[in-house]
Amino acid sequence: MATVAPNGIILEASGLTKHFGGVPALHDVGFVARKGQVTALIGPNGAGKTTFINCLTGLLRPDKGSMVFDGQELFGLSPHRIARLGIARTFQNLGLFPRLSVLDNVLCGLSTQAGDSLLEAFLRTPSLRHRERRLRLAALEALDTFGLADRAEWPAGALSYGEKKHLELARAFVSGPRLLLLDEPVAGLNPDETERVGTLIRQMRRTGATLIIVEHDMDLVMSVSDHVVVLDGGRRIAGGAPEDVRRNPLVLEAYLGKISVTA
Amino acid sequence: MSPRAAASFMARHRTGLSVIGLSLALVPVPLILTNPWKLGILNLIAIHAIVALGLNLFVGYAGQISLGHAAFFGLGAYGSAILTTAFAIPPLLAAALTAAGVALTAFVIGLPALRLTGHYLAMATLGFNIVVHNILVQWDRVTGGPSGLSGIPPLAVFGLAFRDEVRQYYLLWGAAMVFLTLSLNLVRSGVGRGLAALAEDEVSAAAMGVDVRRGKIAVFTVSAVFASVGGSLFAHYMGTVTPDTFGIFASIDFVIMVVIGGLGSLWGSLGGAAFITVLPYFLGPLEDSKEIIHGLIVVAVLLILPRGFLAGIADLAKSRLARGRSAMRSPTA
Repeated sequence: MATVAPNGIILEASGLTKHFGGVPALHDVGFVARKGQVTALIGPNGAGKTTFINCLTGLLRPDKGSMVFDGQELFGLSPHRIARLGIARTFQNLGLFPRLSVLDNVLCGLSTQAGDSLLEAFLRTPSLRHRERRLRLAALEALDTFGLADRAEWPAGALSYGEKKHLELARAFVSGPRLLLLDEPVAGLNPDETERVGTLIRQMRRTGATLIIVEHDMDLVMSVSDHVVVLDGGRRIAGGAPEDVRRNPLVLEAYLGKISVTA
Repeated sequence: MSPRAAASFMARHRTGLSVIGLSLALVPVPLILTNPWKLGILNLIAIHAIVALGLNLFVGYAGQISLGHAAFFGLGAYGSAILTTAFAIPPLLAAALTAAGVALTAFVIGLPALRLTGHYLAMATLGFNIVVHNILVQWDRVTGGPSGLSGIPPLAVFGLAFRDEVRQYYLLWGAAMVFLTLSLNLVRSGVGRGLAALAEDEVSAAAMGVDVRRGKIAVFTVSAVFASVGGSLFAHYMGTVTPDTFGIFASIDFVIMVVIGGLGSLWGSLGGAAFITVLPYFLGPLEDSKEIIHGLIVVAVLLILPRGFLAGIADLAKSRLARGRSAMRSPTA
């Protein structure tokens, strides 16, 4: 498998187009994520951000375009194949398994390392026991990092909303993914909780993780990102360093409308 | 071993020790319960438990539904019956060949059927059961028609035939403990977690790398093989098979065993199998309305103890304990 140099391109999408009926959700979008960096994807509601993430993770099949991850074309791959390449994600509306324990939720994040041989599972071979013990330790460590260690045996459904958001981060991060997609990680959180998630994101970046963040919260985006891409109406309208994007008139217009720019 | 090491050993091997404990408890039963008729009921429980365990993996863990498992049970029974009586194949080999055939059948049925969920999947599996039942009744030349097949030899291993109730008891409960162990192992693996995950949220499970479609087909096939082995054991135990044992009401009874034992509670399935197997003997004159009574019990369990009988009672005990503890901690509350 091709290895990516530090700050090399790990994901490159080009000409990505997806229409729902006649409505363009994405139109000819290009996007680049670099290794070890945080790339933010922003834009007003309906800009196509979640559609973009869903295309990348195989939930939606784009009409055309290409998405190359570390030399591998993702177009047409099913979601579990894409996950097995080392792309983890969180969901805007939470994708937890509410009746499983918090610990089991995190262990599910390690599915690709747990093995899928039925025979081995039935016989509970020594190597499987050994691996299970190792995965359990990794999961407990992730729970500790994300502040949920004392909730390990709770059913995930019993957590507070903020804790659930943390659990999703832990579950996505635990496998040490080569690319981590966070779909609105602080949506619905209060400023304190948002600040804590921001800290966690910076912490993940320090460990060398590559992240793509879809987010509405501008303060968070500006404080954690290396690079910002702006979508509006399914089109890419700007991209660059956070401070450049913040001053870009097209971006201001997309967010605030024309009048505020001229006023 | 120090007490601390012993405690940690117990904690780490809780599941294995529980199975060993139950097995040991089962060993002296035929010495105490010498009435062959009562022993016969226990033997039937073991057979039903094997089917219920497999069904629980599919229904309780993977969150799917099947109203057709009596068909796999029946295919197992008839497969063994036909292979041993018409082709004189040794029982053990017959059971293995039958299980392989049933696995293939389940796989082929599962490919289209498992694209369905909920009521549609229930209807598809129910339809499959009706088809199989009709074949058993109509295909006289092979299945013996409504009167079925008889003269099926008992299982024999190395020339030792499991002929009387006591030997059958050890055979059947031995098999039940093996299948219990296999099931407990499966649910404590990554594969098992994948099944539990896809039961809750297929999209999210796939995003974790779980192959949802493969997982569903695999667990369906596994549960059909459990039912098939149960059917083979049944045929060799009874010596005769008739189609009416394998109708849709039998399928519904298997689901009821799983539900009252607790969805996703494998130990509960043993209890559910025991309860539903024993119940008719206590109904007496009401036996003709057995289906209605089973239905009422399920409704009652779902209303009062939705996680099943065993898990439900365990929950009640736990919350009592927790309440007791918090009351001790804050006497004013």
